[in-house]
Amino acid sequence: MRAPLSPPGKVTPDRKGGFYWQESRETLPTPELGKLQIERLRAMLSHARDNVPFYRKKLDEAGMTPESIGCHGDVADLPFTTKIDLRDHYPFGMFAVPRDELVRVHASSGTTGNPTTVGYVAADVDLWADLIARTLAAGGMQPGDMLQNAYGYGLFTGGLGLHNGCERLGATVLPISGGNTDRQLKLMRDFGVTAISCTPSYALYLAEAARDRGLRPDDLPIRVGYHGAEPWTNEMRLQIEAGLGIDALDIYGLSEMGGPGVSFECLCKAGMHVNEDHYLVEIIGTETLQPLPEGEIGELVFTTLTRRAQPLIRYRTRDLCSIIYEPCECGRTFARMTKPVGRSDDMLIIRGVNVFPSQIEEVLMTIPEVEPHYQIVVDRKGHLDMVEVWIEVGEDIFGETMGQLERFERAVQQRLYSVLNIQVKVKLKEPKTIARSEGKAVRVVDKRPK
Amino acid sequence: MSVTQVTVFLENRSGRLAEIADLLGRSGVNIRGFSTTEAAEYGIVRLIVPEPERAREILHGEGFTTHLSQVICVAVPDAPGGLARVLDELAEQGVSVDYLYSISFQNICFAVHDVERAAELLKDKVTLLTDDDVKQL
Repeated sequence: MRAPLSPPGKVTPDRKGGFYWQESRETLPTPELGKLQIERLRAMLSHARDNVPFYRKKLDEAGMTPESIGCHGDVADLPFTTKIDLRDHYPFGMFAVPRDELVRVHASSGTTGNPTTVGYVAADVDLWADLIARTLAAGGMQPGDMLQNAYGYGLFTGGLGLHNGCERLGATVLPISGGNTDRQLKLMRDFGVTAISCTPSYALYLAEAARDRGLRPDDLPIRVGYHGAEPWTNEMRLQIEAGLGIDALDIYGLSEMGGPGVSFECLCKAGMHVNEDHYLVEIIGTETLQPLPEGEIGELVFTTLTRRAQPLIRYRTRDLCSIIYEPCECGRTFARMTKPVGRSDDMLIIRGVNVFPSQIEEVLMTIPEVEPHYQIVVDRKGHLDMVEVWIEVGEDIFGETMGQLERFERAVQQRLYSVLNIQVKVKLKEPKTIARSEGKAVRVVDKRPK
Repeated sequence: MSVTQVTVFLENRSGRLAEIADLLGRSGVNIRGFSTTEAAEYGIVRLIVPEPERAREILHGEGFTTHLSQVICVAVPDAPGGLARVLDELAEQGVSVDYLYSISFQNICFAVHDVERAAELLKDKVTLLTDDDVKQL
């Protein structure tokens, strides 16, 4: 008998103070999970082949049929899908169902040219809510909690995704959306909000705003935060946790996979559990495009197993991370992905050296005097790439002599050099002069001629 | 027997120094003495004012990074060798001086890129000193 797509949810305690939402799935023994994945993968492949001309052509060219898949090793023979493929089939060419079966369409924030569209049939929306309910429950939310959803509502999948998942869990959602910090802080306290969802940079901004208004972490009733949609480091986690008095959990998703809910952290905070009953995860070498062994960092690749409206085969996310298969202390059997260290397309090449903005952030966040707002400016002087890291001078750094500031600059430069192996110029700025983010933070400004 | 000095961090942007002077002026803080020190990208301004804590609060409230510290203020005898006597005293005892500046607020020396132009701009509004005037001080 076929396993039901998504069994009814109910909160039951996991082993680390959080909750499962669909315990039987989240703790499914690995062999059974593997069987379920292969069975679903075959069904998805035939759905895609029958209904998406792009995939029929791709699979035929690769000589692959659903029956070619006998085990996980065979997945490496399937063709990849890229963002360019999605752009080329804008707006609805990648959909596997007639337009009138869609109940919702989201679109990603396309920075250049066409955005990428994401379609959902009713079953996709329904399933998505369960994946978010798992995410929220893992952080200890249950019915009775209130989630302040400060993700933007609209075409972006974050707002509505978290919203529906919170309602599915049976908890209360406060659909405040992003911005208006004073109202965020007021309602949080007036309503006794217990959880928040927003980008990590906005969480930092809120923490700073609370401090400026004389609020201590204890004055804020929230106890857990769900933060995703941009890369962040563990050091940034510690700052958010201290500033807001919460457990700050990383959540991961991308609109192409349907939005948030692809993977989520439990309270162990040791990697994000991939919802492997719905997504097949791989790590491939960025040059070889061949699957990499456990623990090695490479490009993250997902295959949807259950999405009806828009099945995607081996979608290359451009995010770089590694996968951990060893069992987690929380009791979940789903593999974990590490925090992405960067994106293969936001890697900066400075004088021939690969530099990820996350490496710079990591160094800055280990220096207690550095305020959490910074900007990386890359420019070219003559033929030489120059990197400046702008940081704000808080009163912890500042004394009465220039020597103190100069020593501080040099110390930060040396720390950055030891990690990056390139010379970086630290530029000290006055407080609050580096742009704050109320959405996705702009950390890198690359002024080099393209 | 020390004096409280207010120090302010400033990026080298034109008009920033004027903002500090304006801000303190509007708040009724009379600047009794000051000095600036600059690096390529930023500088620090040191101020001697009657109510240093209040001045700091005002600056801090406007987002400036500030610092309070204690300095020695000396009434130097107004005669050749007056300054030398004070410095010798400290040097003999092995006290090194990090920096020093004059806080009598009558005459101020400005360094600007285009001296001629600045002098032209100011000459009808304030009294400008010449080398000869300095001999008369």
